[in-house]
Amino acid sequence: MMFKNSGKLIIITVLILVLLALNLLLGSVKIPFADTLGILFGDRSNEIFSNIILKSRLPQALVAIMAGAGLAVAGLQMQTVFRNPLAGPSVLGISNGASLGVAIVVMMSSSLAGVSLSRMGYAGDAAISIAAIIGSLAVMTLIVWVSKKVKGNVTLLIIGVMIGYLVSAIVGVLKFFSSEEDVKAFVVWGLGSFARVSGDQMLLFVGLMIVLLPLSFLLVKTLNLMLLGDDYARNLGLNVSRSRTLVILNSGVLVAIVTAYCGPIMFIGLAVPHLCRAIFRTSDHRILVPGTILTGAALALLCSLVARMPGFEGALPVNSVTALIGAPVIASVIFRRRKDDVRE
Amino acid sequence: MSENKQTVRLENLSIGYKGKSSVKEVACGINASLFAGELTCLIGPNGVGKSTLMRTVCAFQEKLGGNIVIDGKELEAYPDKELSKKIGVVLTHRPQIQNMNVEELVALGRSPYTGFWGKLEKEDRKIVSDAISLIGIDNLCSRMIQNLSDGERQKVMIAKAIAQQTPIICLDEPTAFLDFPSKIETMQLLKKLAKENGKTIFLSTHDLELTLQLADRIWLMQKGNITIGTPEEVAQSGALSEFIEREGITFEKSQMRVKISR
Repeated sequence: MMFKNSGKLIIITVLILVLLALNLLLGSVKIPFADTLGILFGDRSNEIFSNIILKSRLPQALVAIMAGAGLAVAGLQMQTVFRNPLAGPSVLGISNGASLGVAIVVMMSSSLAGVSLSRMGYAGDAAISIAAIIGSLAVMTLIVWVSKKVKGNVTLLIIGVMIGYLVSAIVGVLKFFSSEEDVKAFVVWGLGSFARVSGDQMLLFVGLMIVLLPLSFLLVKTLNLMLLGDDYARNLGLNVSRSRTLVILNSGVLVAIVTAYCGPIMFIGLAVPHLCRAIFRTSDHRILVPGTILTGAALALLCSLVARMPGFEGALPVNSVTALIGAPVIASVIFRRRKDDVRE
Repeated sequence: MSENKQTVRLENLSIGYKGKSSVKEVACGINASLFAGELTCLIGPNGVGKSTLMRTVCAFQEKLGGNIVIDGKELEAYPDKELSKKIGVVLTHRPQIQNMNVEELVALGRSPYTGFWGKLEKEDRKIVSDAISLIGIDNLCSRMIQNLSDGERQKVMIAKAIAQQTPIICLDEPTAFLDFPSKIETMQLLKKLAKENGKTIFLSTHDLELTLQLADRIWLMQKGNITIGTPEEVAQSGALSEFIEREGITFEKSQMRVKISR
């Protein structure tokens, strides 16, 4: 059983490498395989090609890997803590918090300070990331505070959803009072993109995720115990309320950072955990945590690849691609899995 | 019977719920003890506080007053981890778990002993497989929890408590959803665990006749008082008659049987 599952993990890793290679090779500009390889190993003779690979395709692929992995594992954690298959990173309003931060910065800056961020380019992007992180962390702090006050998971979930509605209502009001141009900038941010992050910001993002993702491995046993329900978990020595806070904190920070850099990407966090449960046929988080991290990364790479297919040329926003490709694939996998169950 | 070692002592315990501004006391002045090697059954009418008492002893909720002493040390003085090596629980309701097999679930009983990754050492594996054979569910080992019957699933949860290696096992209405043969089987199993493995078994139940036949000691909880003793003692005291008898139902002390007039 263990061996079979580690085999699957290896297959997904290989898949990630293949998708990564395809992400580097395919695109609107045709770059021969040998040149791509050369550029990766330090050949800078063709400046245009190396710019495309190193400043566009490679960063985009790395961002996709990290974002996919982070969202997927955050979704898994939420689903286990709330014992709700429909929970996902967006359910507690954390990504709505990011939207609020961005909405305030994008739409208020022109009316208050007289500068339109949507025209500021690079500095504007940085401001948007910071605003998103502040917004989502603010909502997450609120949720953690509430989680210490209320006992029931369902109550907490409902409060989280309410906070989400409240926040999006405020965003709606802000939109109403903003100029068309700023609203458009906000909408574009909301569509999600792995390509927005570049240069130093990309390095910062990847670095942060490399630090944060392994932290989720520390919560593996906690999550396994939580499967049994609060009482059984407590009886097995788990401090339930502290563990709940830790898990929300871990997944909240992951979502906050990914959302800040890539916009709210809805689908991966909800779907990948289900996909992994179907693939690995287990509830054991010792397998599911690495499984979701890898599968999330692979799915994000696939989506980023499709978004750049000839004909689309980056015209497709990530959020549409994730759902358009992901939904049928995942629905069919889960559907087939259910049929197997019945036959068993 | 008193040669058995006392494992749990309740001293002037009062139980109930603490709200923000009000305190709802469910029962008070409870003095009682549990002993190793005995099957102790908690019976009484609905709403009298059996579950509350059970949850308080398991440290799921705070007591309102008095003391709970476990192996000579107060319940509150135990850190989470240490307490999880003293008391194992089995609850009424089926845990909602998908995609976990019996062996994996029983292995979770080892959690208090394993590290952050929950890795089982060779010794842990042996304890898990011993627990599984002790309960007699070897044939279920690789079955998924969601495909088990209620009776099988309760046995798995008991095996989990055995793997947890606690001297005390508390069960909150473990037989409530089981069919009649499974009820008897489960109770016999618990009796065996008390007798042969020296466990302190404490369970709440509504199955009066089974309790009268199998329990070593009965705690009969009624409004305002709790009657404790062997089934015979509790029957002779008249408390059982008070609990059961109403129009058309009588309790025959001599035969220890409930009689229903037709």
